Amino acid sequence: MRYRMAQIIRSIALIFFTFFLLAGICRADETQQITEEGYVSKSFEAGKFVMEHVSDAYEWHIASFGETHISIPLPIILYSTDKGLNIFMSSKFHHGHETYMDFRIEHEGKNEGKIVEIDEKGEVIGLPIDLSITKTVAGIFVSVTILLLIFLSIAKKAKQRVNQAPSGIQNLFEPVILFIRDEVAKPAIGEKRFEKFMPFLLTAFFFILINNILGLIPIFPFGANVTGNIAVTLVLALFTFFITTVNGNKHYWKEIYNPDVPWWLKIPIPLMPIVELSGLITKPFVLMVRLFANMLAGHMIITVFVSLIFIFNSLMGVEAGLGVSVISVAFSVFIVLLDVLVSFIQAYVFTLLSALYFGMATSEHH
Amino acid sequence: MGFVTPDYGTIFWMLIIFGIVLFILKKFAWGPILKALKDREKSISDALNSAEIARKEVAGLKASNDQIIAEARREKDLILKEARDIKDKIVSEAKKQASAETLKSIEYAKQQINAEKSAAINDIKIQVTELSVMIAEKVIRKQLEKPKDQEKLVEDLLKDLKLK
Repeated sequence: MRYRMAQIIRSIALIFFTFFLLAGICRADETQQITEEGYVSKSFEAGKFVMEHVSDAYEWHIASFGETHISIPLPIILYSTDKGLNIFMSSKFHHGHETYMDFRIEHEGKNEGKIVEIDEKGEVIGLPIDLSITKTVAGIFVSVTILLLIFLSIAKKAKQRVNQAPSGIQNLFEPVILFIRDEVAKPAIGEKRFEKFMPFLLTAFFFILINNILGLIPIFPFGANVTGNIAVTLVLALFTFFITTVNGNKHYWKEIYNPDVPWWLKIPIPLMPIVELSGLITKPFVLMVRLFANMLAGHMIITVFVSLIFIFNSLMGVEAGLGVSVISVAFSVFIVLLDVLVSFIQAYVFTLLSALYFGMATSEHH
Repeated sequence: MGFVTPDYGTIFWMLIIFGIVLFILKKFAWGPILKALKDREKSISDALNSAEIARKEVAGLKASNDQIIAEARREKDLILKEARDIKDKIVSEAKKQASAETLKSIEYAKQQINAEKSAAINDIKIQVTELSVMIAEKVIRKQLEKPKDQEKLVEDLLKDLKLK
């Protein structure tokens, strides 16, 4: 059985490799064609398609039929010194085609994708402070609602069923909570101090996990690329950084400013302190980038596989598109399953590393 | 590349939402859930401990049961032995008493017999005396039938008197 699994994985990897080569060639062909014929085609643009699916947006796009776009409008919140506070729905922009109250969504240039303020002549006069509820923020709201529903109901059950066996949803999540407590927090932070950090570790773990998994469900109100958005992972990493810094004890700071290394690494040039201080920043930075890159890559690969169908369709006709769709769908399914695994792994890794940093900040001796 | 530069609007909302969620979950979810887990673990380990204690107690009880049974058996033996002793004692005492009683009645019988005997002897003596007196009377009457004999007797008596 195991041998057969290995064989299957190997053959899949082989197909993958050839496929990627093929895809590269095809894309090169496509760009050539467009430049030769010299028209801005209505044909399929894979890059734009992929980017649109992984990047943030002012509206929640559901489907398009030709020129008809179906999307959920989201609130736009803008503040500019001239016009003060403006709150309106993104449907006023008509999918970004129109200007509303001298605001418009730029489609090209250095402000691409942002809302700019314009004057009567249509000239850009500046960027308003933009606190809009974008697709990502709406996605956070959705996931957070689910998070609260799940865990408040578990807490209610936990209060009701004192010293009884867990039941239902409580049964589903308690092993995970116990795993975070016993396999992540306790070994990384230590028996004595781990309890203080449990709320953050659990919240971060389940927030990341739920967002990762909801991001894989392509149906509204799920499917927003939340953990693949660098602002979200930045805030998560900032929380880890903040908690680590606040809880850092004397030993922790001593290891940074005056580590146990030969003196010539500290005087006259404080080499090690500089390295240690930069480590202070790189740790959360790495946390941020790892989660962001993993989730973004997962989403991108899926959309790339889907867009391959349309690339082949526009290059070699409908038959080729249909033929490729079989393979594309198969690979997309494989990648989605892989992403389910990655969702768990990334949530675990983020939590484990945060716990390790907390452990380092609070440990007494090496 | 637009999506690697973090958007401050998203950061702003994420900070607020995540902060609030962290607070709410910390206060209303993780606290009770972790406490419940801890309590349950404690109650389970307590239950296991008390089960262990109970098991030991039962083992102890069994041992003491055996002891009690042994004790009871010993006591039973003792009581039986005592009973046997008492029986023997009673029997022997009864025997002793019986023989004493027998002796006493024999003695009494002997006394009775003796008394009867002496009474009989006395009776015989009295009768013999009476008989002898009768005989002597008859003899004397026969001897003193003649006045000459009476005179002779008086003379002898007188003679005896003179001598004294």
